Amino acid sequence: MWSLQKIANTIHEWLNTTFNSTIATTIEMVIAGVAVITLFALLGLVLVLMERRVAAWMQIRLGPNRVGPQGLLQSMADTIKLLVKEGLTPNGADKFLFNLAPFIAMIVAMLLMAPIAFAKDFQLWDLNIGVLYISSVSSIMVISILMAGWSSNNKYSLMGAMRSGAQIVSYELSAGLAILTIIVPIGSLQFSEIVQSQVNGWWIFKGHIPAIIAFVIFMIAVTAETNRAPFDLAEAESELTAGFHTEYSGMKFALFFLSEYVNVFIVCAVGATLFLGGWMPFHIGHWESFNHMMDYIPSSVWFFGKTFALIFLIMWFRWTFPRLRIDQLLNLEWKYLLPISMFNLLLMTALAILGWYF
Amino acid sequence: MVEALGSTQEGNLIINVGPQHPATHGVLHLVITLNGETIVHVEPHLGYIHRSIEKMCESLTYRQFIYVTSRMDYLSSHINNHACALTVEKGMQIEVPARAQVIRILMDELTRIASHELWWGAMAMDLGAFTPFFHAFRERESINDIMEETCGARLTMNYIVPGGVMQDIHPNFQNRVKAFLKMYKSKIHEYDEMVTGNIIFQNRMKNIGVLSAEDAISYGCTGPTARGSGVSSDIRKIYPYEIYNQLDFDEVLEHGGDSFSRYMVRIREMQESIKIIEQLIDHIPEGDFQAKTKAVLKLPKGEFYTRVETARGELGVYIVSEGGTTPYRIKFRSPGFSNLSVLNHIARGSKLGDLVAMMGTLDLVIPDIDR
Repeated sequence: MWSLQKIANTIHEWLNTTFNSTIATTIEMVIAGVAVITLFALLGLVLVLMERRVAAWMQIRLGPNRVGPQGLLQSMADTIKLLVKEGLTPNGADKFLFNLAPFIAMIVAMLLMAPIAFAKDFQLWDLNIGVLYISSVSSIMVISILMAGWSSNNKYSLMGAMRSGAQIVSYELSAGLAILTIIVPIGSLQFSEIVQSQVNGWWIFKGHIPAIIAFVIFMIAVTAETNRAPFDLAEAESELTAGFHTEYSGMKFALFFLSEYVNVFIVCAVGATLFLGGWMPFHIGHWESFNHMMDYIPSSVWFFGKTFALIFLIMWFRWTFPRLRIDQLLNLEWKYLLPISMFNLLLMTALAILGWYF
Repeated sequence: MVEALGSTQEGNLIINVGPQHPATHGVLHLVITLNGETIVHVEPHLGYIHRSIEKMCESLTYRQFIYVTSRMDYLSSHINNHACALTVEKGMQIEVPARAQVIRILMDELTRIASHELWWGAMAMDLGAFTPFFHAFRERESINDIMEETCGARLTMNYIVPGGVMQDIHPNFQNRVKAFLKMYKSKIHEYDEMVTGNIIFQNRMKNIGVLSAEDAISYGCTGPTARGSGVSSDIRKIYPYEIYNQLDFDEVLEHGGDSFSRYMVRIREMQESIKIIEQLIDHIPEGDFQAKTKAVLKLPKGEFYTRVETARGELGVYIVSEGGTTPYRIKFRSPGFSNLSVLNHIARGSKLGDLVAMMGTLDLVIPDIDR
């Protein structure tokens, strides 16, 4: 039901019959690359608009509503404004690192899209270590932030970058452990298999209490990893003006901005895949007719619905919570989240060995 | 580059916060010596918004100078005007009609609520929560609307003249104030749900920036800053002016001395102001809104001092008169200046993020510090 496999196969066959295999592969790669870039830009635009509308909704105001119908073209207009704006490089900045940092942020966000299963049979690269790939590539993000903070030659930026370094490295641990908690019963790091394992129910329902604990920890940790409030210490507006991107302007700033949103999308997509079944429709055990009915809803709707629900959750955090202090932030990770997630992992392992999950 | 204490020590970082910085709410300049994230020393630098209001007042008549003082602490401009008018009335021995007194107090308390509302929103914003700011403005806007209707202005109202108020209250005034009270009471629980009860907020505020009662006195702190340390300093109670001594309200005292106590003082003070408004709104006496005064006011030779309780603390107005139409010398004792002086004392040893929270609880209005 509802598969893009046929279209992909048709294109693949047509390319291979028209050109020789080398050219066909090259063209396929170009198509994939263009798709990723388009998705990156599109997600950025949609998420910025969504954030502004969610914020406005929570803050009893209207939000963008002038440009285009219902303000839908607002982020387009913003992009054009940022594109024509001068990208300043401050005196005394390390020019090479300063200009490289936003591109690393962008490239990381794009690389992270590769293994995500957007819909049934719609995935760029179904590699067998997909989850590991995501968690390792996302760590490169911290390098870009440190680079930006260090090369700006600004004390606010430096402090923001240092905070961010400590924060991302710490929270990566509990995010990783939360992911492992789900990986243990699945026994695979491959995205397609993770989704397939949830054909009779999502892990958040199947995995008993450990899965719920892991989900909560995962959401906290990824909020911190993507530098979102209440963990937005790297760009703590009221303390450090804009933190690591204080000196950036124009499109260079926009790249940081966009990659932050795309990162939010990616971590939510990973969360949706691991805990909420990815593109897998809502299935309950052996209720065949119910499951069959659910299958009629396209898989991409399931995937994006779940992902955007999680994104909304993260935005909800941002617009309601005050910010933590740096020592409280690290205490939360090392004294609470890390021990809990370690214990949780052991618990899940025991459950998996005993086979006590559905 | 400004030399700062502790800058000679190796590894310390000197960081200039302000004069243009989102946390200073104006043009305050802080030279902060940091050791990592820990504050070694904070040095406030003033003078970026000095308009020499005291000197300006010396060339203005006793009717005119009141309006300049609206620009000192612009969030409680009405109370500033009130203090000046009281001083002139004291010197001239003018009897203010009962109606004018009640109107003045009603406006004072509305101003106090509006000021504390803005502070509450800005306080939450300092801690990184944006939404409370808009919720605070929802209530504050309706106060501003009430003021606009009666005084013609929303922020710098200039409603008080020596001998009373400039004009009578708008016929809608009582109804609108009552509507506001009703609306405010239905919304007040949101404040606790959104900010006060939040675990992150409490962790950020409790046991942070502790100011002992002795230090509060020796630094000359007044207002909610001192009352958060348990120092009784409400001028409305200690040296009552107008008809405050006939009203039933409590002086809010908290004994923690930390940021959270200062926060709670202001939150509870809004309730007390509501209480005062409720007592008066139905009992505005009939009569004149302004006493008959001479066209040209001349204070007798001598020195006159009055103090009032603004939203931030004690405002003292000191006038030296030579018997002419303008003051010979005028001096304002502004609450913000003394409250700011305590910053280095309470901030030393805490983290940079806490400094912002502490500045929030001191409720600094820069034009008030730097006149």
